[in-house]
Amino acid sequence: MAESQQPAAPALEVRNLSKEYRRGVPVLRNVSLTVGDTSITAVIGPSGTGKSTLIRCINRLVEPTSGHVIFRGIDVTRLGRRELRETRRRIGMVFQEYNLVERLTVMENVLSGRLGYVSVGKAWLRRYPRADIDAAFELLETVGLADYANSRADALSGGQRQRVGIARAVMQQPQLMLADEPTSSLDPKTSVEIMELLVSLAQTRRIPVVVNIHNVPLARRFATHIVGMTGGQIVYDGAPADLADDDLREIYGGEDWLE
Amino acid sequence: MSPVATTHARSVAFRANWPARLAWLGLAAYVIYATSILDVTWERFQVGLEQGARFISRMFPPDVAPDKLRLMMRGLYESLEIAIIASALGIALSLPIGLLAARNLMPAWVSWPVRLFIALCRSFHQVIVAIIFVKAVGFGALAGILALTVGSIGFVAKLFAEAIEEISLKQVEAIRSTGASFLNVVAYGVLPQVLTRFVGFATYQVDSNLRNSTMVGIVGAGGIGGTMFAAFQKFDYDYLLTILLAIIAMIMLSEILQNAVKRLFR
Amino acid sequence: MSATLDREWKRFTSAQRLGRFALYFGIVAACVVSLRTVEIIPEFLYDAPEQVADLLKRMWPIEWSYYPDGVHDAMVETLHIASLGTILAVFMAVPLGILAANNIVPNAAINYLAKLMLVSSRSVNSLVWALLFVAIFGPGPLAGTMAIAFRSIGFVGKLFGEALEEARPGPVEALAAAGAPWPSIFLKAYWPQVVPAFWGITLFRWDINVRESAVLGLVGAGGIGMAIDSAMNLFQWERVALMLVAIFTIVVLAELAVTAIRRRII
Repeated sequence: MAESQQPAAPALEVRNLSKEYRRGVPVLRNVSLTVGDTSITAVIGPSGTGKSTLIRCINRLVEPTSGHVIFRGIDVTRLGRRELRETRRRIGMVFQEYNLVERLTVMENVLSGRLGYVSVGKAWLRRYPRADIDAAFELLETVGLADYANSRADALSGGQRQRVGIARAVMQQPQLMLADEPTSSLDPKTSVEIMELLVSLAQTRRIPVVVNIHNVPLARRFATHIVGMTGGQIVYDGAPADLADDDLREIYGGEDWLE
Repeated sequence: MSPVATTHARSVAFRANWPARLAWLGLAAYVIYATSILDVTWERFQVGLEQGARFISRMFPPDVAPDKLRLMMRGLYESLEIAIIASALGIALSLPIGLLAARNLMPAWVSWPVRLFIALCRSFHQVIVAIIFVKAVGFGALAGILALTVGSIGFVAKLFAEAIEEISLKQVEAIRSTGASFLNVVAYGVLPQVLTRFVGFATYQVDSNLRNSTMVGIVGAGGIGGTMFAAFQKFDYDYLLTILLAIIAMIMLSEILQNAVKRLFR
Repeated sequence: MSATLDREWKRFTSAQRLGRFALYFGIVAACVVSLRTVEIIPEFLYDAPEQVADLLKRMWPIEWSYYPDGVHDAMVETLHIASLGTILAVFMAVPLGILAANNIVPNAAINYLAKLMLVSSRSVNSLVWALLFVAIFGPGPLAGTMAIAFRSIGFVGKLFGEALEEARPGPVEALAAAGAPWPSIFLKAYWPQVVPAFWGITLFRWDINVRESAVLGLVGAGGIGMAIDSAMNLFQWERVALMLVAIFTIVVLAELAVTAIRRRII
């Protein structure tokens, strides 16, 4: 198993993480991995192999059965509710189904990334700080949706919605970005655009990304670090360049899909 | 975009929704106005709460004397009968009446009078209809049954007619093109599409009739309502509580049964 | 391949078929039993059409002139009872609905308790609630408003809770992942999804409450019902007819208003 390439202090360390949804049926078995400060880590593997569970255990949307997740020195698995919320503020997440609030405007969706920082009363009255509003407008321009600020989220196409999702995550000024199959609901061309956007934003702002992806060419193209999973375990952990056909066979099994 | 233009565009993140704000203000003003008109003062409310506490303490513990229980069970049973018969009659009648009221199946000179009839059945509260029937056919269960039947028709036939008007006519055309008689067209073209919804309306109406059957007795149309009103007027509040609890239990039981039936038919 | 030809296609499992048969049998049995045991005096039944005709004759001509003095204020009071009662109910029903929604409050005991309160509210008829509140607050519109409010809590709370349970969990997950506190998650992820349902339910209930408020006066809880009661006791049927027409008009107007508002809001 190749070592991780990043020499800098790890942004995220997963240690011996295990998850059983049902007794005796582990979905994650003793998973350990390290994510460097400026890396784009792609997790690949067949469906049902625990990729999504792994991502969701990092910010505890799913509670791990055992193991630890160390995010910038803090053991996430040990946090109480309030501290967990404060830690989640610093982790942005992008979802496969975009998870926007459809009846709200694009602007409101983007600003909802700040809900962890704004008091409930201010959020209700929509009195976000000036700096947040300016940042939101800038972000909308960066993702190319400046003209859509006041459109309802459900008026947008899939690719546009995912851009809003990315903007929302970046609004949190996160120190880590998680993405759970962000391109699986998009067509090939839009998938590439979204990955380009995600990666460029992350690299400009120096945010490490852990992305869950099942399209191997896409992973190879954009990632700096690849983690291959099968059967709930990590079987490959290294650079995209070193990912050989043998490794892919081990991860996905079978030869038919390899060109 | 020039920097000046963008700065201006940036200043407004949310457009103030003036119509909505005015509406909310209007609502608040209305509440204040209406409360004063209805003479709802704080003192009255406080007095009421004291009265309420006294009232509730007189209701506990509920009266479970055997003869009173027997009287209550008879009343409940009569309410049940009223509900069952009225539902059966009302639903059975709603099927043809709803069909006659459907504008896409019937010519206007048929559908409009029928729709007017249905609207009339719905307009008046079941209690008022019950009073009228009590005057017409005397005190007792018959008035209750007739009142609830009329109410059932008003609800089920209306929704049934609307459901029929929403169906796709293509299936009906297909059956008609085979040369089938009108009844067959209805049976094979229309009914399959609307039967599930009809069953839904019917079950809702049975439940509604069960609740209403408990109260038509207050005006003399039979059932537990009469017993309850008598207890109320005699200041028999602990007996009143027993009756209320029994009614609630009966309705909860019916809801449980309904859910079981729904699961059976899924 | 031949194995598939041997398999029979049955739409329902045997248990389901047995259940359905039992249900049909049960329904028929209930009707038969009820018909046999209900106390109906046949002579009254045959007399009925004549009696109804006599009553209608007595209601004509309608005493229109009575409206300004005797009817208008009472009708306005009825409207206030309906509106205030609905508003009050909504305030109490929304928290109960939230407590009953198992996706927001995953505590089964709390869900059950909240649902129990909602069912009890619905099981007691508004007329019966009016009786109770007249005993507590004395006769008048305060009792009527409280009666309407308490009856509506169950309706609004149940439907609102169900709407919440049907909300898509995706946006909720997203806001939780962003570290938002629970009240913000409710405001920005749940509430926007259920807003159309909320207004639909509230308007629907207001419409029903207008109808219900009209009869509460029969037990002394204010509104036009009290006028109807006195007029009936004095056998002033032309005035009763006027009041019935007034109720009918206001119910129709309320339905029109609700349809118009729904189109604008939803």
